[in-house]
Amino acid sequence: MAEDKGDCVEAVHLLYHYLDGELTTERRVLIQQHLDDCPPCGQAFDFEAELRVVISQRCREQVPDQLRERVADALRQAQLHPE
Amino acid sequence: MADQATFADQAMEFMPSLYTAALRMTRNPADAEDLVQETYLKAYRGFGGFQEGTNLKAWLYRILTNTYINSYRARKRRPEQSDIEDVEDLYLYRRLGGLEGATAGQSAEEQVLEHLTESEIKEALESLPEQFRIAVLLGDVEGFSYKEIAEILDIPIGTVMSRLHRGRRTLQKRLYEFGRQRGLVDESQGKVYG
Repeated sequence: MAEDKGDCVEAVHLLYHYLDGELTTERRVLIQQHLDDCPPCGQAFDFEAELRVVISQRCREQVPDQLRERVADALRQAQLHPE
Repeated sequence: MADQATFADQAMEFMPSLYTAALRMTRNPADAEDLVQETYLKAYRGFGGFQEGTNLKAWLYRILTNTYINSYRARKRRPEQSDIEDVEDLYLYRRLGGLEGATAGQSAEEQVLEHLTESEIKEALESLPEQFRIAVLLGDVEGFSYKEIAEILDIPIGTVMSRLHRGRRTLQKRLYEFGRQRGLVDESQGKVYG
């Protein structure tokens, strides 16, 4: 990656498609091969994958109890008084 | 066609993720609760149109997103910013890479990942302009595929990719700024690869 090789540029360009599982098998295998052969790119991809896990895990919210009750009540009402 | 009597049994389990998304969209707990309640009511009333066996979570998200766009956003006087700066690939990683070895046994990257707080991540996400924020929420927080996001938002897949990828890069820039403010990253040692 530091040397700006064509393969590295291509890999970084497809980074998100790769991590999103949105590449064809053929392209996926090519990128995987490059990551195995090129530790700087491999580490960069690992970082991106881990960052995504961190983002997803650290922005979860607890549902307030009152909201659960409100929604359950609203659904009961809707059931009793259909539109 | 889905049976309304089974709606609550099937749909209630998605409330934590719907509430999380609602809060990131409205940035306000009272509005988020109203939005979730309205979503469940609309979904209940329209449940007859849900195709049993298809993705219920995606269907609920479509209702949530449309409700947000049509009612909550419409209240805002400010026009929503629809563009963001161009941020390079691997923004955060490139800026942290140079710090490797600065702390014994733990790279700067690991340290930042470990120490970014929930409130920093939420704030960074909420700072993204709406269309990018929603794309990142659906893709990275909820794990929907490009195709599912395209269906939820009713936009082409190319637009999904563009919003998602640009939103992610800008999010990295915001996270880097938090890291810098808190002294988690040391700019003077930052090295830019590539």
